[in-house]
Amino acid sequence: MTAAIPRAKVRPADRIFSGSTLFAGVLILAALAAVALFLIVQSIPALVADPAELEGSPTSFWAYVAPLAFGTVWAAALALLIAFPLSIGIALFISHYAPRRIAQGLGYIIDLLAAVPSVVFGLWGIKVLAPFMTPFYDWLVTNFGWFPLFAPPVSGTGRTVLTVAIVLAVMIIPIITALSREIFLQTPRLHEEAALALGATRLEMIQMAVLPFGRAGIVSAAMLGLGRALGETMVVAMVLSPAVVISFVLTSSTNPSTIAGNIALKFPDAYGVGVNALIATGLILFIITLVINSIARFVVNRRKAFSGAN
Amino acid sequence: MTTTLAPATTGITNTLTASRLPKWATWAILGGCLAVAAGVFAIVQLSTGGDFSIVGAVFFGTVLFNIMLFALSYLVEGGRQARNRLVTSLVVTAFLIALIPLLSLVWTVLGNGIARFDPAFFSQSMRNVVGEGGGALHAITGTLLITGAATLISVPVGLLTAIYLVEYGQGALARAITFFVDVMTGIPSIVAGLFAFAFFSLITGDPGIRFGFGGAVALSLLMTPVVVRSSEEMLKIVPNELREAAYALGVPKWLTILKVVIPTSIAGITTGVTLAIARVIGETAPLLLIAGFTSSMNYDLFNNRIMTLPVFVYTQYATPGTDVQAYLDRAWAAALTLVLIVMALNLIARLIAKFFSPKLGR
Repeated sequence: MTAAIPRAKVRPADRIFSGSTLFAGVLILAALAAVALFLIVQSIPALVADPAELEGSPTSFWAYVAPLAFGTVWAAALALLIAFPLSIGIALFISHYAPRRIAQGLGYIIDLLAAVPSVVFGLWGIKVLAPFMTPFYDWLVTNFGWFPLFAPPVSGTGRTVLTVAIVLAVMIIPIITALSREIFLQTPRLHEEAALALGATRLEMIQMAVLPFGRAGIVSAAMLGLGRALGETMVVAMVLSPAVVISFVLTSSTNPSTIAGNIALKFPDAYGVGVNALIATGLILFIITLVINSIARFVVNRRKAFSGAN
Repeated sequence: MTTTLAPATTGITNTLTASRLPKWATWAILGGCLAVAAGVFAIVQLSTGGDFSIVGAVFFGTVLFNIMLFALSYLVEGGRQARNRLVTSLVVTAFLIALIPLLSLVWTVLGNGIARFDPAFFSQSMRNVVGEGGGALHAITGTLLITGAATLISVPVGLLTAIYLVEYGQGALARAITFFVDVMTGIPSIVAGLFAFAFFSLITGDPGIRFGFGGAVALSLLMTPVVVRSSEEMLKIVPNELREAAYALGVPKWLTILKVVIPTSIAGITTGVTLAIARVIGETAPLLLIAGFTSSMNYDLFNNRIMTLPVFVYTQYATPGTDVQAYLDRAWAAALTLVLIVMALNLIARLIAKFFSPKLGR
């Protein structure tokens, strides 16, 4: 007993319209594939070239990349270490502590931080934050110089990896805050009220209801923040005083540069195989951020469709 | 028969009967601790002759406040309330800490940028300027041209993709597009610039290619995902009843989308596009690579280097001439211009969302 369902007539205009929307969607996927493809194609000359032609004549291409990759991860990890507790605190403040009427306005204020262009952050970092931090670094190295992270000599300009990490932290705080705020607000109202009804203080309610519910979301928010910190360019290019080293020291004037910062500094004057080498480092950065972002999105998508873009 | 309740032996205080700190106690402790810290710092300053450190006083005052609050609350109210109060104050502190860089940034950009925020800055380029004078007209036109071109690429692609995802897409392809659009929002901007360079230098065969349209392509790579996500959200909240009413009247699907769905959500889409423009207009790294920098006007997106405002800030800072202060002043003025543009775009976006969005009956 199957009655034929009357189908609407397919008009040519419908075909054209749906076809063009499909084309646009596929174009985006193609663009992402093209990014990978063209970066790979342009990287190959650097990978097969004689390492002696690369800047600093390293023993191999990987010896050239290693300090940069280390610096990228090190600066981003420090930034995440600073930004993560603050962001969770801010997100909790906006979602569960601030008076309801002003909470949204406070959220906008934090979002304003995300709107400031990175080059302005760079200018602020080098002209305001670095001089401000210098006496602090002096004190730190004088009193805690025995600790490996603060080994002397101290940087006289404040252009250290710690200054960079602080600016990066300020830049990723709005990202982590926005995501975790959104996730905290999704906590089932009944869970919270049940905890409060049992006599829990607000802290215990958050520990029992909010944090367990949002754990996966918090982790992916942190990873998205990390991805942004890994790729941030101008702050590193402007603030850091770079060197080709692998060093954990936070307060010195010889800091490992990052991939992105190194590209911005070297690219305008690069030529020949040097350009290809920079593109190859960019390819590595692309792969690292792509993997981190994919994992974070995968985790967060299982909860709810939400992205930093809205 | 009256039995007195046995005093709690479990170590858990009953919050209903336990004594509480009075409401003014928090503020009193805060004021007291700040005053003590300020006093200590003032004494240190008098004895050593150094500068009075407001930052230090506030910092140690806050730390002292947290310790005192916890201790007093622990003694009066017990451990659970003390922990609750401590975390409350830490959470508020975290928010206030985040405000410090924002305020400091606004303050310094305003204070330093105002020096060269004059008519000459907006009417002259840097051609043949060494030292004082000159302006950022070439950079402002370049920014407008490149961002405009990027918008022209991103909005049709982004909007059509959003329509595909909401109205047509289902199955693996739509899921893949949604996923990779999200992933693309996290692509480092410098990678977008490298891609544009790699692409155009391979196509044109020019190993040192620099031109404005490449910058527009790089920016649109960053902008399109943002447009897709925001338009998608806006299309999703259009009530299905509107679509069904149109179908019931025999309107074809494509006309329904064009005449019913998009007009309903146009305010939200415009807001999203404005925010996307605000996001890419401050991008520096990709333009530094592919659009390059110059001190002259260039209206041609397809030939020669073209200056943009963010790159102007960077080059004025990074390559000062003999008169360093003049270059720094220009950098700050350009930074101020950039921040004002971004803030204006954000404000416009919020206003559009507030005044032009349709009132959906609920």
